[in-house]
Amino acid sequence: MIETILLVFAVLLLVALVFAGLTYNSLVSKRAQIDNAWSQIDVQLKRRFDLVPNLVETVKGYAKHEKSVFENVTKARSAIAGAQGLADKAQAENMLSSTLKSLFAVAENYPQLKANENFKMLQEELAGIENKIAYSRQFYNDTVLSYNTAIQTVPTNLIAGAFGFVMREFFKAEETERQNVKVQF
Amino acid sequence: MASFYDEIAANKRNSYFLMAIVFALVAAMVYAFSSMFFYGSDVAFYASLAFAAVYIAVTYFFADKLILSLAGAREAQKGEFPYLVNVVEGLSMAAGVPAPKIYVVDDPGLNAFATGISPDKASVVFTTGLLSSMNRAELEGVAAHEISHIKNYDSKMATLVVIMVGLMALISDFGLRSMFWGKRGGGRSGKGEGVIALFSLLIIILAPILAQVVRLALSRQREYLADATGAQLTRYPEGLASALEKIKKIGAAVQNASETTASLYFANPLTVGQLFSTHPPIDERISRLRAM
Repeated sequence: MIETILLVFAVLLLVALVFAGLTYNSLVSKRAQIDNAWSQIDVQLKRRFDLVPNLVETVKGYAKHEKSVFENVTKARSAIAGAQGLADKAQAENMLSSTLKSLFAVAENYPQLKANENFKMLQEELAGIENKIAYSRQFYNDTVLSYNTAIQTVPTNLIAGAFGFVMREFFKAEETERQNVKVQF
Repeated sequence: MASFYDEIAANKRNSYFLMAIVFALVAAMVYAFSSMFFYGSDVAFYASLAFAAVYIAVTYFFADKLILSLAGAREAQKGEFPYLVNVVEGLSMAAGVPAPKIYVVDDPGLNAFATGISPDKASVVFTTGLLSSMNRAELEGVAAHEISHIKNYDSKMATLVVIMVGLMALISDFGLRSMFWGKRGGGRSGKGEGVIALFSLLIIILAPILAQVVRLALSRQREYLADATGAQLTRYPEGLASALEKIKKIGAAVQNASETTASLYFANPLTVGQLFSTHPPIDERISRLRAM
């Protein structure tokens, strides 16, 4: 009789340990996915960073006199290179986004530029990269959601609490970006 | 109103259920076969099961290349299709899968399909008809649907199911033919044997038909799942709904499609009745998307 009880207890303990191990591994895995997803956003931001000089040169070829636009783009790009810390970098990237929008708005006034094959290709590339930035941010948020949900639900939250897994933050749009864009000519 | 999360969860449950039925049917057939011809000998049962496993494995690994060459596809270069390449790459990032190889088929029909046993060995194919008729949001919807198939391992599942169904047809064929030829010598007592023989015969005849129905139900289920997952990727179900409206009007018939490849396409390339269709009815797909 006592042997059966001990046996049952041993089996239950084994099951609990296996569960704990699998759960811990799954949480570690989800956390790693978040970090990876964040780096993927950086990969796209870097591609945009690298594309900008080529774009500026092409536009300059046709719109030499739009000095302020080029200066703003270049300044924003340098700000990214010199940014310290995540908040600074995020702000610098947003600046680049808005200066690029101005650049394309200006390009609308130069039909020869718009017809240029190189410009069209760069425009498509940039649009593609902007989309990828958005998609990678979306995916980052999906990984954060999956992880946050896991560490809060029973019974995974027991393991999460015991081993110090904390909630992660979602990527949020800047307040200024939330407001609707005003189109001005 | 079902969110795409709910749709996804429901679809996954239904798929596991249907897959379980197919597995059970295959096991039943192997059992029936071995009991009819080898008097339920254990060795015969395991041998048949082993043969089935090998057959499945071999066909599985070569299915991919066969399908691409059947469709007459050519690789899509970034120079020729920059927007398409960017869209597929971007959506793969949203899905968290490696970008699949992109192919184009010269065909006026509006259609697309995805193939590959796992996300890192996957391909997507688009017809030139589709590329020229869809606007940006619609093309993104279609691409998202295809990438969802890859992410959900639908091709792997479909291939496995098709192979198992094919195997069942093989066993059934062999079994039925041998019955009218083979000698069933004595050895065991007659009473139980008759019932087992009849039961086995029923299984051998009915199981393949049932399996086909289940295969098609599973295919339709995965189509709804791909629609829902695609909507999750683009966060814009209307794009996909709009694409389906266009396909409904213009038609998805593709020249090289056959019964085997039909279930892989975005919209049903063959015209068939509903129970035997690989795709759910377009109107139902559109209304589910618009309700998300």
